[in-house]
Amino acid sequence: MTTVTLASKRRRAALRTLAFMSPWLIGFAVFFAYPLISTVYFSFLHYDGFNPPTWSGAKNWRYVFEHYPLFWPALRNTLWLVLVTVTLRVAFGLGVGLLITKIKTGTSLFRTLFYLPYLAPPVAATMAFAFLLNPGTGPVNSLLDKAGLPAPGWFTDPAWSKPALTLLLLWGVGDLMVIFMAALLDVPAEQYEAAELDGASRWQRFRYVTLPNISPIVMFAVVTGVIQAMQCYTQPLVAGKVASGVIQGAGAQFEPGYPDKSTLTLPQLVYNLGFQRFDYGSACVVALVLFALSMAFTAFLMRRRGGLIQAGD
Amino acid sequence: MTQVLRPPASLDAPATPAARTARRKAALEWVAVHALGVAAALFFVLPFVFVLLTSLMSDSQALSRDLIPHTWQWDNYRKVFDTPGFLTWWRNTLLYAGVGTVLTVLSSVPVAYALAKFRFRGRNLSLMLVISMMMLPPQVVVIPMYLFWAKQLDLSGTLWPLIVPMAFGDAFSIFLLRQFLTTIPNEYLDAARVDGCGELRTLVRVVLPMAKPGIAAIALFQFFAAWNDYFGPQIYASENPGAWTLSYGLESFKGAHHTDWNLTMAATVLVMAPVILVFFFAQKAFVEGVTLTGVKG
Repeated sequence: MTTVTLASKRRRAALRTLAFMSPWLIGFAVFFAYPLISTVYFSFLHYDGFNPPTWSGAKNWRYVFEHYPLFWPALRNTLWLVLVTVTLRVAFGLGVGLLITKIKTGTSLFRTLFYLPYLAPPVAATMAFAFLLNPGTGPVNSLLDKAGLPAPGWFTDPAWSKPALTLLLLWGVGDLMVIFMAALLDVPAEQYEAAELDGASRWQRFRYVTLPNISPIVMFAVVTGVIQAMQCYTQPLVAGKVASGVIQGAGAQFEPGYPDKSTLTLPQLVYNLGFQRFDYGSACVVALVLFALSMAFTAFLMRRRGGLIQAGD
Repeated sequence: MTQVLRPPASLDAPATPAARTARRKAALEWVAVHALGVAAALFFVLPFVFVLLTSLMSDSQALSRDLIPHTWQWDNYRKVFDTPGFLTWWRNTLLYAGVGTVLTVLSSVPVAYALAKFRFRGRNLSLMLVISMMMLPPQVVVIPMYLFWAKQLDLSGTLWPLIVPMAFGDAFSIFLLRQFLTTIPNEYLDAARVDGCGELRTLVRVVLPMAKPGIAAIALFQFFAAWNDYFGPQIYASENPGAWTLSYGLESFKGAHHTDWNLTMAATVLVMAPVILVFFFAQKAFVEGVTLTGVKG
């Protein structure tokens, strides 16, 4: 593009940009900036939605960190999900991605079958697993029983609810599989041939050719996985509600994180505080904790992988 | 991208003992790989199979540990449709996902185009903010948003709070489409401009036809996101069953039918099926979109 010298032309270009950007600019202001600033402000108010709000200083913050009985269990669970499910999902996704690149017969059928669970709507997938893993009549425990293996209580047992959740999240590993598959197919074939000529074993080829080539993608999968795990909401909530057998309805009260707070995650606390306890101020405190964690990892993602943002023109 | 890794072929090699062992090794590997493939396929497919089988069981059999129905109760599906509210949830979901998707595409395309092809101050900042919005969970801003919709506009218990925000661009769609648009060479745009096209005409006549796969991808993602959304309806629609969506209503099946897993699973199938059908019709665009989110760059 040639440099534009005329001021009017420049103004027209600026107006044009503004016009094209306007839907997002309005959306940004109304649905992001305004509510985010309000959330900060609200975190210092005592407000129950009925009585007029009053200034309460740092009271909500102290309440959440010191007295709110669900905060630390939820943070611990979230940390558990981040460490265990992200590791397992990345490893499993890579494994399935590798497998699909090796399959020579019926590749597209296998790929489709492996990918389908990722598409299952989270609520439906969770309902399906609540049924599959229900200790009374579930097919999984029936099969375990028949094989003479111990049949755990899954979503009804605090020690097994998170492994059950992990199983559900592993089932939907299709997104990672596709990303890894594309990355694996992009590894230059010459490098494998060279390694083979040098007498590299299968493991050495994976370790010294495959891994270095796909490491940016692994990194990307880990960081986005961490962000997703921190925000995990629907699956643990629905699993807990179905396992506890509550009947849903307007204003339904359910035990958060059933059984024994084991499926409680940070985003659920915003719902619990705001919409079950009507303590909007404290809900905003948790929202800000969630915000800080998400932004920290997003900043890391953008710094670590400049490639996420393609150079524009 | 479509090239497949193959070990150097030794097809017409003379049948020396070395070649024979190599061929036997290749055959063994084929068997091992495909056995693993079948095992993995079972893990991914069996849950669907068990859900389908249970959805066709009689009420009494659904309470047993049987895996295969004695009699196939296709009637269960009619019972699900006859459940009060089910058709309303279906209509609400189509409205939310359908209208919302159209609005998202219309509002996200110009923004993505500007971010990909215009030079202006604050462009990188805007892009960073788009990515930040994309990574932000909805729970972060939900309290002020809820108070805004419920207390100021008195619109809780309707679909408005779910649909209206989609008319103002969706961060993920903008980001994905921008990634796609940057791959379109500038020469095409310059040629259109030289021919006297304004930016809007360039966008509509030249860029959009080339961006069809990208637009298909964001439309699909958006449709699925709305179809799958649970948090939005839980916050804004829960007080009025007339505004529930399928994802939200599905859960109430377990409550209403208590232990009847058969009807709950039939409803589950009916919530999963449309998404999977849409996927089969648009598989290519979808997989391209997933790849675009992670690998391009």
